[in-house]
Amino acid sequence: MSTHGITRADLQLVHLPRRRRINRAMELLAWLAATIAVAALVVVVWSVAKRGAPALNLDLLTRAPVAFALGPVKQGLANAFAGSLVLVGLATLMTVPVGILIAVYLTEYARPSIRSAVSLALDVLNGVPAIVIAIFVFGLLVVGHGQSGWAGSFALACLMLPLVARSTMEVLLLVPVSLREASLGLGVPRWRTTLSIVLPQTLGGIVTGTVLAVARVAGETAPLLFTSSIVGTQVGWSPNHALQSIPVAIYELSESADPADHARAWAAATVLLVFILLTSLTARWLATRGRRRLSTSR
Amino acid sequence: MITQMQVRASRPERLDRVLGVESLGAYYGGKPALKDVTMDVYENLVTAVIGPSGCGKSTFIRCLNRMNDLIPSFSQTGTIRYHGQDITGPDVDPVAVRRHIGMVFQRPNPFPKSIYDNVAWGCKVLGMRDNLGDRVERALTQAALWDEVKDRLKASALSLSGGQQQRLCIARAIAVEPDVVLMDEPASALDPIATGAIEQLMHDLKQDYSFVIVTHNMQQAARVADMTAFFSISRGEEGERWGELVEYAPTETIFTNPSDKRTEDYVTGRFG
Repeated sequence: MSTHGITRADLQLVHLPRRRRINRAMELLAWLAATIAVAALVVVVWSVAKRGAPALNLDLLTRAPVAFALGPVKQGLANAFAGSLVLVGLATLMTVPVGILIAVYLTEYARPSIRSAVSLALDVLNGVPAIVIAIFVFGLLVVGHGQSGWAGSFALACLMLPLVARSTMEVLLLVPVSLREASLGLGVPRWRTTLSIVLPQTLGGIVTGTVLAVARVAGETAPLLFTSSIVGTQVGWSPNHALQSIPVAIYELSESADPADHARAWAAATVLLVFILLTSLTARWLATRGRRRLSTSR
Repeated sequence: MITQMQVRASRPERLDRVLGVESLGAYYGGKPALKDVTMDVYENLVTAVIGPSGCGKSTFIRCLNRMNDLIPSFSQTGTIRYHGQDITGPDVDPVAVRRHIGMVFQRPNPFPKSIYDNVAWGCKVLGMRDNLGDRVERALTQAALWDEVKDRLKASALSLSGGQQQRLCIARAIAVEPDVVLMDEPASALDPIATGAIEQLMHDLKQDYSFVIVTHNMQQAARVADMTAFFSISRGEEGERWGELVEYAPTETIFTNPSDKRTEDYVTGRFG
């Protein structure tokens, strides 16, 4: 047995019990951390839904609020839902083309020094507090002109732009260089390579990034307080006027003295939460679908 | 497999110069990768570039169709003439150069499209839309792939095996009718049977194209190439390393009667 000078004891893992204990303990810690994250989400959703459920009905979504009403006759928050739709929709339309162009420029054309400088600028913009963006847009578009849906959606767009541009950059960088070389090696111009070979690969990722940015700004309150918050009770669709929005409505209703308003704030919060959960799930679904199409399309 | 005899027998009487490289130097961020390469590439021949890793083989071949333009820190000295025209200057459109001098890469890189579209897309984009179906069939036949894929042209190119993907990439490259086809170690990721198929098709196609093939497989160079260039690594006084052309001659000469000691050491396996 010991022809090579090795005995049975040399091969036995003497530290095994201790290693196994440490392994178990670390696994448990990791599991706990994951559980805390999930629990936080469950608690938030549960507490909001529980308080929001009593006031949650179809009227909330379809009826405008009644001005100066007292007691339970408050009707819905259709103006806030319509306004949020317009504000976020416009912000998305402003952001997506610009964001994609920024990302294409930085990944496909810019020199490395410019790329890192602009990427840093985008990260800084991403870190600028929403209230600062709000004051900036207030000074730029609201002072002298009054509040409007345009100003509100522009403020939201400022928050969305770095998210869309950065996420698009990430997926563009994932497209292998070999694929670009394949096209360029045929004598295909750079712009055509980008448009027909590189961008189609990233469509799923761009959509995912955009949807996540939408989910993020749909709940933003601060940028809209300054730019699109002085509103009436009627349902408005035109961005030429200030538009009510869900987060601002939640904020105002929660400040109210009337408990019925608090219930409606919870209900609106529930709707907002459900919307954000749904958009996030959609983003995930689109992302996995895009990946599957990329890797195993036969 | 192709025999040495076949290669010799097929060599044309007169050699036309298709690429003329003069004192080519290549630098990455100021550091030399290649210095002073002067050689001619002849029409309808297979020209092999061999040498140890890091000798600048790939850098050299990528200079020939301006592929290095994509690397920001890259710079180049000397001239490369294509049918007498200098293709190195800033006033030359690299896209037009690549249109005539195509490339097949080390790893198969088919587009994530169908087999048919992989070959047809380049033709469509470059305005060769007439008889597209015939064109695709001809390219796939030339690349010795048609019989294997004719019943599933709509299938994804990514469903093919590595060797089939590489032949598809060759079909894609020749479908747009280039003049020169550059191959950067096209068989290094393939098994011997797929390698044999690619060597055979180079042999069959060289009456229509000129091939430049980079390979670190000396047997492969001996099998396919009419002319062989041997590159080696030189070291400077301060420890910097760069590649240089040691010897360029008919393949037979390089392998049986090299004039430089370094070539002899390399081809007989005494290198390093």
